[in-house]
Amino acid sequence: MNVILNEAEAKALCQKILSYSRADECEINISGEYRGNIRYARNEVSTSGALTNKNIVVSSAYGKKVGVATIDEFDDASLEKVVRRSEELAKLAPENPEYMGVLEPQSYLKTKAYFESTANINPAKRAEKVAQSLNLCQNEKVVAAGFLNDQHGYSALMNSKGLFAYFPASNVNFSLTVRTEDGKGSGYVAKGYSDFDKLDTVKATKIALQKAKASVDAKAIEPGKYTVILEPTAASVLLENIFFGMDARSADEGRSFFSKPGGKTKLGEKIVDERVTFYSDPTNPELPSSPFAGDGEAVGKMKWIEKGVVKNLTYSRFWAKEKGVKSVPNPTNMIMEGGTTSLEEMIKSTKKGILVTKLWYIRPVDPQTLLLTGLTRDGTFYIENGKIKHPIKNLRFNESPIIMLNNLETLGIPERVVSTESDQNYLIPPMKIREFTFSSLSDAV
Amino acid sequence: MKRRDFLQLSGMGLGAAMLPNIPVIGRNVSPEALLNGGVDVAVKKRLADAALNAAKAKGASYTDVRIGRYLNQFVVTREDKVQNIVNTESYGVGVRVIADGCWGFAAVVDAKSEADTAKAAEEAVAIAKANAKLLKNPVVLAPQKGYGEVSWKAPISRNAFEVPIQEKVDLLLGVNDAAMKNGANYVNSFLFMVNEQKYFASSDGSYIDQDVHRIWPVFNVTCIDPKSGKFETRQSLSAPMGMGYEYLSKNPSDKISGITTRYNKGYDMLEDVIAASHQTKEKLSAKSVEAGKYDLVLDPSHLWLTIHESVGHPLELDRVLGYEANFAGTSFATLDKWQSKNFNYGSKEVTLFADKLQEGSLGAVGWDDEGVKTKRWDLVKDGTLVNYQAIRDQVHILGETESHGCCYADNWTNVQFQRMPNVSLAPGNAPLSVDEMIKNVEKGIYIIGDGSFSIDQQRYNFQFGGQLFYEIKEGKIAGMLKDVAYQSNTQEFWNSCTKICDEKDFRLGGSFFDGKGQPQQVSAVSHGSSTARFNGVNVINTARKI
Repeated sequence: MNVILNEAEAKALCQKILSYSRADECEINISGEYRGNIRYARNEVSTSGALTNKNIVVSSAYGKKVGVATIDEFDDASLEKVVRRSEELAKLAPENPEYMGVLEPQSYLKTKAYFESTANINPAKRAEKVAQSLNLCQNEKVVAAGFLNDQHGYSALMNSKGLFAYFPASNVNFSLTVRTEDGKGSGYVAKGYSDFDKLDTVKATKIALQKAKASVDAKAIEPGKYTVILEPTAASVLLENIFFGMDARSADEGRSFFSKPGGKTKLGEKIVDERVTFYSDPTNPELPSSPFAGDGEAVGKMKWIEKGVVKNLTYSRFWAKEKGVKSVPNPTNMIMEGGTTSLEEMIKSTKKGILVTKLWYIRPVDPQTLLLTGLTRDGTFYIENGKIKHPIKNLRFNESPIIMLNNLETLGIPERVVSTESDQNYLIPPMKIREFTFSSLSDAV
Repeated sequence: MKRRDFLQLSGMGLGAAMLPNIPVIGRNVSPEALLNGGVDVAVKKRLADAALNAAKAKGASYTDVRIGRYLNQFVVTREDKVQNIVNTESYGVGVRVIADGCWGFAAVVDAKSEADTAKAAEEAVAIAKANAKLLKNPVVLAPQKGYGEVSWKAPISRNAFEVPIQEKVDLLLGVNDAAMKNGANYVNSFLFMVNEQKYFASSDGSYIDQDVHRIWPVFNVTCIDPKSGKFETRQSLSAPMGMGYEYLSKNPSDKISGITTRYNKGYDMLEDVIAASHQTKEKLSAKSVEAGKYDLVLDPSHLWLTIHESVGHPLELDRVLGYEANFAGTSFATLDKWQSKNFNYGSKEVTLFADKLQEGSLGAVGWDDEGVKTKRWDLVKDGTLVNYQAIRDQVHILGETESHGCCYADNWTNVQFQRMPNVSLAPGNAPLSVDEMIKNVEKGIYIIGDGSFSIDQQRYNFQFGGQLFYEIKEGKIAGMLKDVAYQSNTQEFWNSCTKICDEKDFRLGGSFFDGKGQPQQVSAVSHGSSTARFNGVNVINTARKI
């Protein structure tokens, strides 16, 4: 049997497995994928690899007792065996008071996230894309270290209430660090696409090259509060800490940034500048994502923060029932609305400030205020009177993305970025922020 | 440490500190299935030989085959509920080859036949040949003798996978109950258990069968002040260990008494959670630290992470050479500093060593993942940088002819590469207890447990938090502090080390999820030390008003 099944094949396989079920409820999850990667450093290929993977998971429930089992053989006897095993496990399991049962059939948004171009990548095509980047770096006498990683596959789900969901997806991520031969300059680029044909490794390489050369001989400046322009790659790793913290239950329990004294939450409150809007939309053509969550719950278009006001938090089905509200599954992508100002215009309008192209090693310091720490990396520049004056040494910051979005000056045009911390892809605009707090200097290049 | 793993663990939208949804790493299986022996060694040898032969026939000059069965069991609870019990098994084969001087790797799930492993070998050779045209310098491998058919087992006394789930659930729910009775508003507790059954075969003539066990019991207590809405947390002072369930046995000789009890190779989770509940409440009204210079007294449950970030990572030779430049970064500890033979990494008190043999440590194995016997060696000797961590395709750069034996892959799905061995700070030679150390500190902070951490990509500038902070005034502990983090620079920090307690205080801490590489791989690694003193370190206050 193929590793990657089409919708009809996946449905037929799920139905066959489900036909063996005798439990109160049953849920089948199947998936298959191919992955390939090539890694290079010191201007030559280092390691590379390929992976073939597939999975069948059967979950059976008697009341609130749930058992899960898997198998890797696909003959009828094995399929029946895996269903029986999950049923036996369910009978032995402790009751899970938060088990909510399988879902009724859902209707899903249509989204195109699978591209043949990505599915058709082979070792030679991968090597060719990398060669284009490597040749450029060698000609420019800089040192390149990069990574090209692609995957394509599907996941499907069927349950005993008749729900069926099928989602094929493909993705390619390309990232590159270019360093000057003397180690005094470093630049970075990362690009993520669903469609391999959109990846232009030469164009991307030029971005990292420019930053590497421009960042040579950085000067030290005093740490302190500065106006900063964050390129989308830098902004994304700060903002995602807001996205990861939107669980209503933690907020209701009083242990999240979204909590308020007395068991209340910040739902409905304005917490950041009114130009800030975050939403998720699985059908966005630039950032297609799964229209269903892990249990098959439909994921629709959803506003999270609108004009600075907290519009929604995520509610698990259990917590929604406890609170008497509608459940809100986790988003499968995240988009921040932007403005119309270009990065160049932002620089032009800045009297004194810092252009931050990338941030590194972001860690939470205080969950109460979402205070984060981390450092600038791979190209940080001082701006004076509307012009980039010179590169500066890297700085450690201690700043909260909430405080930062209250100090918003300007938003630019959103673009698809890859988080250098979580590998998640987002649509995020560049942004100008005043009074961003840097706390110490680093000698790192 | 690998943050994205925690993100995967917690799912988008959930806090990393509370991990109710554990990922399926591998397949879900029944607890009983975890006790099956897996594929027989004789079968593994046949599967491996098929891959070795197929790769050779396609033109590989070197081949190794890793047949891996990776078992995980996670028990996840909060307050009075079991949220999740996850049993996963992942079985497959990864084949690595050198063809036309270039590495190639391919992996295949559930490989049960010679045809499966041979196909993976052929794919690996095809990748190597496709990539060889992007190669300037062919791979140079340090020679390695074959060991024939050998095996190694972690010296555990109680296999955690044989302990009934009910016993684990009872332990965690008992811990949670104790927390709630002692004033916690919320408590999450977890047990992570890992068993790596690894079979390695190479064209050098090694067939190595190994059985590796790890365990990590961990909890997180939260207390809330309803009036202000402020909350504080305290995590367990346990360490992830290369041990079986015996780590959870209460052994008085493994307890270190003091302002709070700390633990060596036996962890009393119940005792620790009661202390944590009181301490978390105390934190709510603790004094917010005044920023400035302090002498720091750092407990091993804290110092392991500073060692990990500021010594372990910068002395990985692949980082030094630039192989990790695109992700984890490079290193300030460049080859010229090592070649000078007088680079002052730390004060004369400071000796830091790598050791893949430490019993009970996360890094202990008999052979590494390219068939090299493991050992111990010095990295920093009496303050001077003397060596790095290197594997077979790197040691020639150091003028050495034998790999250090620190190659690792986190799964059959991924290619093996240089990973950090256990790196530890040697205890002081002169007898010195923690109490004696504190007695001589005028203005200081005693830090216990690891907290927030961040360091730059060349490992100069870092910032660390902790779990418990105690102010030291004129040789005495003066009370609890909060909002503490210290910032320093690696070389400056290790040169400010003036005292290290003796070997009686030596304990291991460690990371279960250290991240490196692309695609990113995790690794588990221990770091030992005795309590150590660092003079005049810059402390910041992390409180903010929103």
